[in-house]
Amino acid sequence: MTKLPRWADVVLVPLICLVIAFVFCGILIAAIGQSPLQAIWIMLEGSFGSTNGLGYTLFYATNFIFTGLAVSIAFQASLFNIGGEGQATLGGLGVTLACLMVPWPHWSLALLGSIVAGAAFGAAWGFLPAWLQAKRGSHIVITTMMFNFIAYALMNYVLVNMLRPLGSMDPASARFDKVVNLPKLGDILGLVGIPFSNKNPANISFLIAVALAVGVWALMWHTRLGYALRAFGKQEKAALYAGIDPVRITIYALLLSGGISGLMAVNAVQGAAHRLVLNSVEGAGFIGIAVALMGRNHPFGIVVASILFGFLYEGGSQLAMGTTIPREVITVLQALVILFTGALPYMVQKPLERLFALRGGK
Amino acid sequence: MAAQALGGRQATAAPYAIELRGISKSFGPVQANRDINIAVPRGTIHGIIGENGAGKSTLMSILYGFYKADAGEIIINGQPTAIPDSQSAIRAGIGMVFQHFKLVQNFTVLENVILGAEDGALLQSSLVRARAELEALSKEYDLDVHPDAVIEDLSVGHQQRVEILKALYRQAEILILDEPTGVLTPEEADHLFRILAGLKEKGRTIILITHKLREIMETTDNVSVMRRGTMVDTVRTAETSPEALAELMVGRKVLLEVEKRPATPGREVLKVENLTVRTDGVDRLKGVSFAIRAGEILGIAGVAGNGQSQLLEALGGIAAASGRITMNGVELPLKGHKANGQSRRAAGIAHVPEDRQTLGLIMDFTAWENVGFGYHNAPEYQQNWLFMDNAALKADTVKKMATFDVRPPIPTLAAKSFSGGNQQKIVVAREIERNPDLLLVGQPTRGVDIGAIEFIHKQIVALRDAGKAVLLVSVELDEIMSLSDRILVMFDGKIMGERNPDVTNERELGLLMAGMTESKGA
Repeated sequence: MTKLPRWADVVLVPLICLVIAFVFCGILIAAIGQSPLQAIWIMLEGSFGSTNGLGYTLFYATNFIFTGLAVSIAFQASLFNIGGEGQATLGGLGVTLACLMVPWPHWSLALLGSIVAGAAFGAAWGFLPAWLQAKRGSHIVITTMMFNFIAYALMNYVLVNMLRPLGSMDPASARFDKVVNLPKLGDILGLVGIPFSNKNPANISFLIAVALAVGVWALMWHTRLGYALRAFGKQEKAALYAGIDPVRITIYALLLSGGISGLMAVNAVQGAAHRLVLNSVEGAGFIGIAVALMGRNHPFGIVVASILFGFLYEGGSQLAMGTTIPREVITVLQALVILFTGALPYMVQKPLERLFALRGGK
Repeated sequence: MAAQALGGRQATAAPYAIELRGISKSFGPVQANRDINIAVPRGTIHGIIGENGAGKSTLMSILYGFYKADAGEIIINGQPTAIPDSQSAIRAGIGMVFQHFKLVQNFTVLENVILGAEDGALLQSSLVRARAELEALSKEYDLDVHPDAVIEDLSVGHQQRVEILKALYRQAEILILDEPTGVLTPEEADHLFRILAGLKEKGRTIILITHKLREIMETTDNVSVMRRGTMVDTVRTAETSPEALAELMVGRKVLLEVEKRPATPGREVLKVENLTVRTDGVDRLKGVSFAIRAGEILGIAGVAGNGQSQLLEALGGIAAASGRITMNGVELPLKGHKANGQSRRAAGIAHVPEDRQTLGLIMDFTAWENVGFGYHNAPEYQQNWLFMDNAALKADTVKKMATFDVRPPIPTLAAKSFSGGNQQKIVVAREIERNPDLLLVGQPTRGVDIGAIEFIHKQIVALRDAGKAVLLVSVELDEIMSLSDRILVMFDGKIMGERNPDVTNERELGLLMAGMTESKGA
């Protein structure tokens, strides 16, 4: 329906939405007696001003790329998977078991093992709601949400009763062996002569996430499965005409989606925490929804949107440290960004369309 | 050119009911209406014909206040009138009956009629007033609609009359009907035209938008022809012919009759035995049996909703069914996951579905993606085991678009951006070019313009002449009669009988379509 040129639709609209969100937040910061300009400077400086800050930004972004891609794959098939949180939690369990149970000789093998385990656990957590929807008609929005809570409860049980080291008071697993620690982004970039701090948690997972984005793009637009997923998502009934099995597509979509969510744990658990804690996902599963919306369900858009949210996260903690602006303000900013980029782009689209129509009409 | 004296009882004396002067409207670079002039004398039935995309709907939307014209003037009963929205159109005495009815299915006729025209917050007074008026109107114009009937229980023909009642209740002096007979039986269409004649007698003005030349010839006083956004000509109906109108519409000579040689049926391709489809606990298709031979077109006639859709869907592997179908001697699965569009295609069945916009095409997909739709697993569209060969698919699309004259021939354009006729050409090209043993075709020319109809009919006949079997389902009797080699008539999920198109007639088929078995003659 949109009559905007493609570049305006893809770049200009989200950008304007973003600016509006920042303006609103600026007003809020000014209202509590702080300088909005100084605040934004601290955020930018903190998250992009040094390679260490950038590392943190990219670390957060990595989580969001995984969960954003996961949401987008299901979304292409018109399935709203809001269970990324639970799937990533289970992925954490898979990665932890892989790291703790197997005496890996080298990190690269451990990485392969944890990728397989994380994806398998996440996919399994996505499979159940998919199966319930495809076979039983239980709505996936409800079931995936419920499965988030089940995942928390399960994790609580497993950590306290099974994975907690003897004598520890902390509901967390034992630390992983140093062998399985993943190479830091700084170390990798150092190999090619780019100086980059390695005091931050950014690790090889970032590169895996970016490669995965390319993979998802190829999957969606260059394979039969992607074709079938998109066709099913656009017109479910027509998919039937073409011989695309709705049960299978629903299950495939959620397996992929859950699996990719689960991969988040490779970054957060194996790459950074080196042990499994109770809340290892920290809301990244939900941020994934916002990221997918803002990235227009396109893998490359999702990478860009993830970096933006990484900046909001890292910039937010810098703000909390460097000023008296309460941490909550940054939550408000994130909420505004989600609101304007995810829910309100039409508000911007319409006037912009009129503007372009005016210009084109002359 | 429209200002010339037109046929009509008051043509010369009274002002025109509607006059449009120099109406232009463009959407971005597309000029949908260009300097349209038209004058409709009061108390006449005025036909507007034109191919899809000729600008008829845009013009009527301007008249009904959905769009604002870029330039031009609307004059109603001699008064220049601004119509910024549909409320003003109603106030100006214009009523519109849309192709797709705007009725609340679980409301009664009475409730639908007053919806949006209530007297106040409380309904009682409106209902009482409307009931009296409705009964009067219904009697006056032989509408035969009961005020307390619930819409979903009414036939399509009756629902349409409710739409007419809605307009009349709002004091419409000028009634616009957009493709009103698309969903009606011949019987119901006749009734509609009797109603329109009655309205005309009472001095109301009717604008009839249709692509059916026969209706124009039979019912209108004057007819305006549109082509590519311009008004080509306005003529008295009595002084023109269907051939002349078709030529005006398309801009070249058009063959209205399908040219075809007698069929030479060969071996049996498809055998259907006791096919039954049950949905929501109701048998939609009740034990249908027939066979199709190579080199023949079997036409299925019937009013929409009598099981034809289920027949196509069962044969096409979309709906689960029971019974037995045998294709080239091999029994095909009717239920379970093996019964699907892919396995049917593998068995040599191609399917042009009835509803191209919800089944045959993914409207948001590009033309080239749609050319692969249903054939996305075909080996020629694969690069290797993993990747599809999008380039090959695009190249194939370019070729098919050229062969089938799809316009514009841009493979990267979304399906929804093509006109109805060109969308249908994409579907037909995709299915026919596979050279299937059996082609299932549902409503091949619904919403398709005359030029494309001629083309699609030719393609279907050519496939038959190449020794393939064709199952044609259509609610257009003309189409069934001119294309089919044998005709089966369906009613209420059953086959009422078989007729030979050379010896039967519309009346006889019409009776069978209405479920009356004892027909005379033939």
